[in-house]
Amino acid sequence: MSDFSENLIPGLTSKTKISRFRPASYVLIPLSAILFQVYVPRFVEYLSYLELPLMVTVYFAIMRRQPVAGAIIGAAIGLLQDSLSGHPLGMFGIVMTLAGYFAASISQRFDVENSALRFILSFFFFLFHQVFFWVLARGLLGQNLDLLIPQKIIFAFLNSVVAVPLFLILDKLKIEDR
Amino acid sequence: MESFLSRYRNLSVLLLLIVAQLLLLAYQVKAREDVRLIRVWAVTAVTPLARGIEWIRSGTGGFFSGYILLRDVQVENQRLRQEAGQLRLRNQFLSAELATADRAKALLEFRSSSPSKTLPARVIGTGTGANARVVYVDRGSTDGVMKGMAAITPEGIVGKVVAAYPTASLVQLITEQGSVAGVISQKSRVRGILKGQGSANCVVEYIQNEDKLEAGEWFFTSGADRIFPRGLPVGQVKMVGEGRGGKEVIVAPSALQAGLEEMLIVLDGVHGLIPDPQTPASADVSILPPPPDGSSTQPASSAGEPSGAGLTDADRLREKYKRIGESQGIEFGASPGRVADFNRTPPPEASPAKPEAAKPIAAKPGAAKPNAAKPVPPVKQ
Repeated sequence: MSDFSENLIPGLTSKTKISRFRPASYVLIPLSAILFQVYVPRFVEYLSYLELPLMVTVYFAIMRRQPVAGAIIGAAIGLLQDSLSGHPLGMFGIVMTLAGYFAASISQRFDVENSALRFILSFFFFLFHQVFFWVLARGLLGQNLDLLIPQKIIFAFLNSVVAVPLFLILDKLKIEDR
Repeated sequence: MESFLSRYRNLSVLLLLIVAQLLLLAYQVKAREDVRLIRVWAVTAVTPLARGIEWIRSGTGGFFSGYILLRDVQVENQRLRQEAGQLRLRNQFLSAELATADRAKALLEFRSSSPSKTLPARVIGTGTGANARVVYVDRGSTDGVMKGMAAITPEGIVGKVVAAYPTASLVQLITEQGSVAGVISQKSRVRGILKGQGSANCVVEYIQNEDKLEAGEWFFTSGADRIFPRGLPVGQVKMVGEGRGGKEVIVAPSALQAGLEEMLIVLDGVHGLIPDPQTPASADVSILPPPPDGSSTQPASSAGEPSGAGLTDADRLREKYKRIGESQGIEFGASPGRVADFNRTPPPEASPAKPEAAKPIAAKPGAAKPNAAKPVPPVKQ
């Protein structure tokens, strides 16, 4: 793309820019998110509504802008989450794989640096995560889980509120292109 | 084929990942086996970090809350308020310490008094996923913990071990959906199955509408599930009502009402007894001792037959008619055609030579005491 077209269409570069992170970030950030989910709700019970691993998956997926990378990151985080839960392995894995894939696919068409869009994406993917997990648990495992839609919408909103500043913090960990 | 895959590269990778995980799921569900290796790796990777965080937290307990409190006090007022805040903080800290010590002491006492062989364990983390009702404890297979063992506290049952890893174990709380336990009610001895609902309370199923059960009644483990030893408290009935297929009973699990910090893993369970319900104790209300057994006011039966506590009303009636018959020279079953006059008063039976001295019973509310023998007054005609 020429400099002319970049200047002519503002925001075009930001819609195609692929962010990079240090390899350690791909390990430590998801691990921290899962540790948070394992440890913090013990003391602050209402924080158990926070789906930090999902937020981290969505963040990496939208910043990488590659559906394959998004799906792999989602699968890895989901399987790690599964292995620490009481569910069979693959439940969170499948949901997170799809979330990562779709988040990366969507990010190819939008400016993901925009906080409002990040808020909407977090909101949508939280609901997607909850509903799809419910479908899987019901369809594959025969579990009769409750799906309280109003509660999930509130939780999706709260997760999105947390996701926006979290994404801004994670932006600091990007490797700047020179 | 190659061009197809390269053209639909993204979709192919996605399908591959999904199918692989579906196969993994299908294997676990079909074979009812866990992919243990992956879980062991994950738990072994996370447990040391969780332990480290827990160690730091317990080491610096109260520091952050104290700091925040102190700042609030400074904003509010001067030195006096600061002092009050510090004292309050100290009090809070000591209370917390005392509560911890009390909890540990209670657990220790319960452990020593319990006939079951138990192992104390500390909660180091919760399961992932919103509304997860599983916790990780710091005892694993190296400590002798095995899958299927019960987890209890002095307050009641907590759950069962669903996975034992070398350094930690995963305990499924009784409130988790899919958790079950055989239970029996304390007063009416109604049996049912306690089921977790994924919320703070559990339900007890398979109780008939005809069975008597009231709110506030305690449920204990029945031992029928072969996980929890019989006689452990489970919880109190919060709500009970009649349903279509049976009673709808909601129970608040007693062990999970306060925060769960420590628990005991039952390594070798021993069944106990279900305690009898206690009369509500109140210092303002006078309660008489239980009435003496009805048989003590009645004349003793003939020699060779059980007398007193073992007699039923039917036995006493039989004795009475037998005495009436004997007084009229009629032996039942041996004098056909003759019928005794049962309107006559039966002759008194020889009263005991030495009636036992009566012992006063202290009226102790809430305690069930065995009945003391009372002197038997001679029956007058």
